[in-house]
Amino acid sequence: MADIADNLKTDTSGIALWTRGRWVTVILAVAVALTLLRYGGLLPDALHRIPETMIPPFATWLDAFFNFVKDDLGLLTLTRTLTEGLEWLLDVTANLMFGKRRWPHIGPIPWTAVAGVAAVIGYYLGGWRMAALGAGTFIWTALIGQWTIAMETMSVLMVAAPLAFFIGLGLGILAWKYRAVNQAIKPILSVLQTLPFFTYLLPAVIFFKVGPTAGAVATTIYAIPPMILMTTLGLQKVSPEVVEAGNMSGCTKWQLLRHVYLPSARTEILVGVNQVIMLCLAMVVLTAFIGMPGLGAKLLAMMGSFKLGRSFEIGVTIVLLAVMLDRMSKAWVVKQPEHFERDTPWWRKHVFLLTGIAVFIFFCIAAQFVPIFAEIGRKQNFSQGKEIDTLIKGFLALDPVQNTTQTIRYVLNVWILNPFRDFLLSIPTPAFILLVVAFALSLGGKRPAIYAAIFFGLVALSGWWDRSVITLYSVISAVTLAILIGVPLGIVAARSEKWSQRVLLACDTAQTFPSFIYLIPAIMLFGITATSVVMSILIFAMVPLTRYTIEGLRTVPPEMTEAADMAGATRMQKLLKVQLPLALPTMAVGFNQAIMFAFFMVIIAAFIGTQDLGQELQRTLAGTDLGKNFVLGICVSLMALTFDLTIMKWATDRKKALGLPD
Amino acid sequence: MTADTVISCKNAWKIFGSNPEAYLKSMPAGRSFDEIRADGYIAGVKDVTIDVTRGEMLVIMGLSGSGKSTLVRCFSRLHDITGGSISVEGQDLMSLSEKELIELRRSKMGMVFQSFGLLPHRTVLDNVAFPLEMRGQDKHTRRERALEVVKLVGLEGREEYFPRELSGGQQQRVGIARSLAIEPDIWFLDEPFSALDPLIRREMQDEFLRLQGMLGKTIVFITHDFDEALRLADRIAIMKDGAVEQCDTPDQIVLHPATEYVRKFTEDIDKARVVRAGALARADNAGEGEPVDTAASVHDLARLLVQDSRAIIPVASSGKVVGGMDRTAALDILLGAG
Repeated sequence: MADIADNLKTDTSGIALWTRGRWVTVILAVAVALTLLRYGGLLPDALHRIPETMIPPFATWLDAFFNFVKDDLGLLTLTRTLTEGLEWLLDVTANLMFGKRRWPHIGPIPWTAVAGVAAVIGYYLGGWRMAALGAGTFIWTALIGQWTIAMETMSVLMVAAPLAFFIGLGLGILAWKYRAVNQAIKPILSVLQTLPFFTYLLPAVIFFKVGPTAGAVATTIYAIPPMILMTTLGLQKVSPEVVEAGNMSGCTKWQLLRHVYLPSARTEILVGVNQVIMLCLAMVVLTAFIGMPGLGAKLLAMMGSFKLGRSFEIGVTIVLLAVMLDRMSKAWVVKQPEHFERDTPWWRKHVFLLTGIAVFIFFCIAAQFVPIFAEIGRKQNFSQGKEIDTLIKGFLALDPVQNTTQTIRYVLNVWILNPFRDFLLSIPTPAFILLVVAFALSLGGKRPAIYAAIFFGLVALSGWWDRSVITLYSVISAVTLAILIGVPLGIVAARSEKWSQRVLLACDTAQTFPSFIYLIPAIMLFGITATSVVMSILIFAMVPLTRYTIEGLRTVPPEMTEAADMAGATRMQKLLKVQLPLALPTMAVGFNQAIMFAFFMVIIAAFIGTQDLGQELQRTLAGTDLGKNFVLGICVSLMALTFDLTIMKWATDRKKALGLPD
Repeated sequence: MTADTVISCKNAWKIFGSNPEAYLKSMPAGRSFDEIRADGYIAGVKDVTIDVTRGEMLVIMGLSGSGKSTLVRCFSRLHDITGGSISVEGQDLMSLSEKELIELRRSKMGMVFQSFGLLPHRTVLDNVAFPLEMRGQDKHTRRERALEVVKLVGLEGREEYFPRELSGGQQQRVGIARSLAIEPDIWFLDEPFSALDPLIRREMQDEFLRLQGMLGKTIVFITHDFDEALRLADRIAIMKDGAVEQCDTPDQIVLHPATEYVRKFTEDIDKARVVRAGALARADNAGEGEPVDTAASVHDLARLLVQDSRAIIPVASSGKVVGGMDRTAALDILLGAG
């Protein structure tokens, strides 16, 4: 990070910089002094960790507050009423998708009909390949014998995604229209986006019923923020001339919104839809933790009992669903209307709709006569769970493989991870906070430094300091490892257009996978151990790092690299002196995302058995400990926000200083 | 204000900034554009008084940032003015309620935009019918009218196309058709041809003149292209820093620039092509012999001016002599000495 701090010198005036640099040195010196004192046994315990007695009982206060809102203000009655409406909707989709015995008693829709309709939609949106992807996903799901659990997941998704869309759209419009709403919503959104998902789950369980309802609520809330942001962004970007044209056409305010603003913001709104769908899928899988049945629950159970074959198969299903939903919704974003020649008969104009309906009806009727079209029975599926399981386990038991994984595990644990963790834990709390403040100050300046001090101060006061430090340790070590692998990978890939495209595509695809998936390879290789935690975070965090490294390097203006070539720079000189400095602000966005992803993943990994905040969080899910749940969640959120604020501030400052576009 | 004044703009101000009304009230008279800027405000329109009469084509011209677009947006109240008054057909714009304003736009105003401002999700026909749809006309009538206007601008056969499937020139034709759909009395055009290639621009100007010849609307036309202004205008208003420097007929602007700025602006113009015989005619001495037409430019008369020996040449409008033109003065203009 030293070179980053050096780079900063260019964008502040000499005097201001001198003070900033000096402050950083002073703060670092104090932190080191405190730590050394501690090692020498001279620092009193009260300065090493905040004494238990001085920690304010945040959890109790929060509990009191929640109880007040819940019972005295009658929020619980309200939410339980809402639950009924939601439950009704969920029952309808559940009946349609997998035949739950509820009104309207029509379902389940035959799997062939679903696959057929998916193929027609896919063809409409993106031709034969998309059609194959759509149909293939559902055919695979049915043949592998996961139809019912997949549809359990889909039935919640079908309710949560539209709900999140409409709420997000509405709030987005309000935030765009009224400054006050925007200002109120902004900080809430940034906290919501860093809040660990366990914190969404418990309130959902308490205020809404356990099972699909709570799952749907948590999923919806989780997916709303990006929809709000995209809606506001899209509406702000509508060209003023189009709006003026609307005004001159005599639009009323409502007509202007309905006919001018919203259609013109189509692209951004549809990007929002894509994000809503993907976040919903990611979350709906995770709601397994609160007992939501479906793919997630099955995966959780299979991984828990170390059934690798079945886990792998479910993983493939989830990935296929994710890729299909992502590709189709993205194709919808870029799909532009095409005109029909005059006097085109109506059936030609609606040919896709008609084909879709025809295919649907055909398979529904066919399923009445051919049972296999309706449902694939227990004995009929092609699941190879046991065989794959034996195969993987056999492979892992091979001596060379086992030696490699054992060595990696040993080296990582004994030489790197454990010493690093113990070192972090040995730093006195005040010194630790000062280190973070120095980091924020040197990168982001005064404001991020103040936020860092407040945020980490609050974490210290929460009484979960050691667990927070362990969380942070997992994040830092995994992200560092991810940088060591991901950045060089990006640099190499960025050298050629072809490889950039390939790796970017791989990253894009990988980013659509629900985070849960990343646990599978880690667990396969390293079993249920601490190494798996770091490994799964590593894989997850590498994706944005590689991606933004490539993007940063590829967007360096060609005249600059050409100037370097003409100045006689070697490839290495060009990379170090021209490309990397210019790409760094973009890469910083990748670092930031990697850190955010890592914070997210480290909590999920609690399921493997960690000693951090995630573990405690997961424990709260079993009870009604809302206060504690929130304190823990906010701790994670505060730490993540500190990094977010600092790094993003640095990236924007730097971009401005270099004159690069945002 | 005469009965034939369509838009009457009196001492209109449009100031951008944090609290423009209070600033304008407390501002000492005669403050310059730069002084206002130093106070933290931008004078988009600065004390403009101008009238537009029925059926005339007023071209507002100036460099970018001179406030010409802002002025036109004040005429249609897309911007609320900060001070002064603007009335359209006798109605004070600023006193209109939102409903009345919408009604006025729906019945009397049409506007064409520089980058077209078309709705990307609607076909040509639906874009053109949009103003009619907004005022609640039924589907059949509005389709009929839209087809009519689409035909008028020469886009027949492209009714079902989407804007992105059309070229720039065709898109602007859609913009023009849309602005004409409600049969407006007042037609605002904000640099309608600036985004087009020079060749297409010329073609669209001809098309525009053809339409104007048929429809005879009251037009406020904005451009930063002096040649375009000269080609189209009845009167030209030249703007700088929010204020109108001079507003007059093209001949007068070329012959008698009111300010140094206008003089510099007109310096490179081939005056012989702009100045018409009518502008040079003096009523006191009509001269003798065969008259020339008032609308003929000095350039058109070049051969005659060089070969004729008369000192004063009579000038006639539709056969009736209105005055005499000094041949030497005309020759001076032709030779660039005027």
